[in-house]
Amino acid sequence: MTRSEETAWPADLSISSIPAIEAVDLTRRYQLEGVAVDALRGVSLRIDQGEFAAIVGPSGSGKSTLMHLLGCLDRPTSGVLRVNGVEMSGLSESRLAELRNRTIGFVFQSFHLLARTSALDNVALPLVYRGAGRAERRSRATAALEAVGLGHRMGHRPSQMSGGEQQRVAIARALVGEPKVLLADEPTGNLDTRNGAEVMAILDRLNSESGVAVVLVTHDQEIAAHARRQIHVRDGLIELDTATAQATGQATGQATEGAAEGGRPL
Amino acid sequence: MRGREAFVMALEALRVNRLRSALTMLGVIIGVLAVVILVSVGTGAKDAVEKQISGLGTNIILVVPGQLTVGAAPTQSRLSLADAAYVRRVVGDPAKVTVSLQSGETVRVGRTEAFVTIVGTDQNLTNIFDRPLAKGRHLSETDVDTRRRVAVLGAEVAAKMFGDIDPIGRQVSIAGARFRVVGVYATVGQTFGLSRDQEVHVPVTTAQRMIGVDRINGLAVGASGPDEIQPLQEKVVAALAARYPGEKFSAVTQTQLLGTIGSVLGMLTGVLAAIAGISLLVGGVGVSNIMLVSVRERTREIGLRKALGARQRDVLAQFLIEAVLLTTIGGVIGIVLGVGGAVAIRSLTEVPASITWWSIALAFGVSAAVGVFFGVAPARRAARLDPVIALRAE
Repeated sequence: MTRSEETAWPADLSISSIPAIEAVDLTRRYQLEGVAVDALRGVSLRIDQGEFAAIVGPSGSGKSTLMHLLGCLDRPTSGVLRVNGVEMSGLSESRLAELRNRTIGFVFQSFHLLARTSALDNVALPLVYRGAGRAERRSRATAALEAVGLGHRMGHRPSQMSGGEQQRVAIARALVGEPKVLLADEPTGNLDTRNGAEVMAILDRLNSESGVAVVLVTHDQEIAAHARRQIHVRDGLIELDTATAQATGQATGQATEGAAEGGRPL
Repeated sequence: MRGREAFVMALEALRVNRLRSALTMLGVIIGVLAVVILVSVGTGAKDAVEKQISGLGTNIILVVPGQLTVGAAPTQSRLSLADAAYVRRVVGDPAKVTVSLQSGETVRVGRTEAFVTIVGTDQNLTNIFDRPLAKGRHLSETDVDTRRRVAVLGAEVAAKMFGDIDPIGRQVSIAGARFRVVGVYATVGQTFGLSRDQEVHVPVTTAQRMIGVDRINGLAVGASGPDEIQPLQEKVVAALAARYPGEKFSAVTQTQLLGTIGSVLGMLTGVLAAIAGISLLVGGVGVSNIMLVSVRERTREIGLRKALGARQRDVLAQFLIEAVLLTTIGGVIGIVLGVGGAVAIRSLTEVPASITWWSIALAFGVSAAVGVFFGVAPARRAARLDPVIALRAE
């Protein structure tokens, strides 16, 4: 990757050589009542365009902290993080918000839909912050809802929908802005098995159809198994990354980065 | 985010919490209502007094002995008709000086009695004051020179003593002496709470004999134009001071009277507005309080909005607009109710409430400013929330 690409906006660049996310030696230290807690102690990883990866770990392992960093909701204490080629440390608060808006889509365990707001308006919300006009917001939100099979629920409010449907609305909202990375934090945690399976199927399909990279954050090995790559986090460190494990296991002498590309679904 | 979206978002948030928004607005409504009504009552009172003063006539200088200050005891007058003649010479135009000697006396016609103000004056009164006649004639020079017992009745006195009967040429008894009515004044209304329609004018010479004095209460000088007032005022005071060394004489003009009373009433209006302003301030504190509650309640929503790409200023704008909408909607309702209240007061009571555009504009401006002032702290708190913490909030 060249310097000039780092500052360019993602919309112009769908070149697969730019990783969706690239983290180098990330640390995150919290001050809890005067005591320093190291939630992340040096994490390096690379998520390529269109990859489907799962960050797995027990609670307290630092996987949530890692997800917040990858989603640009938080800043690392040290280390370098590039999202779609943009180095985040130098960005102002509003540039960071813009980066989130354009390149990251979030799906949360508890859906985080605005109550008393229709599915369509919930889905269109990221476009509001992008300054898109009403007509554009409507048409894109409609398309996104149809993509998750909820074209018939556009006027419904969250309270009028099942949990599975709500999470699909949340997925539509995450995708409406055509992000590079979809970060899903325990997306099935509040759903029954059937709805959970359906949500996972949608994520799987969207990943292969639209080429958005999906990063699943979960403690559930079964859910994590949906991903083609598992990154195990424990005590603020990456314990095991199936992509690099494969590389070393194959012992073909390939560079780690090349091996990571091998993990891509393309 | 576009401005329109922020506006729609804020309006939506207020709509969702209808009752709470209405109660919060109520504080602002009451404050603005109070400002509009109290200012209109204060302004109305000032207008009424100013109208009364200017209703006297134009370019009038009143000359009285002693120091003229609000609340000072009246000084025993030592002005006499000779002094009036002296002032006439000083002024140069005898017709532009008139005299006044007042006394409260009982007037009787048959069995009807009334206690009225007897004003001893002369033929020049109407050259200086606006005192139109309804019937008959004014006092004449001959009346004054020959101490005739003739009287010109104020409109109310005439109505009370004679009813529908034409009083001209009839007799009235004033303090036991018989007077013949030669004229009736048209209704002129009140000045400082005294009804000038309850006066009875008699020749000053007659009044002096009746009361048993040879003094007068004061002089009035008419200036020929607004520019003449001040030099004439100074001239008269200086001339009287030269005639009576060591004594004080005061000459006040209508403008000065208007200025003094206007500033007193203006101050009163200001105090009323300030008291009303305090309630508006309390309303503002209510807005601040509710906005803080709202920010706390919607912490997760704020976290989500930030995750989806809301910048600090988007969140700030959303909550600030919400606060300003609360106060400006409340302000508009308060203005409408206040104007309605002022109109009701004016039509149902004697209080002269006068609605002024500046008070309405001020009330609206202040309520918007209250929204900004009291909305900024909660909105900043919302804008600065850490999205990670906000998303986890219960």
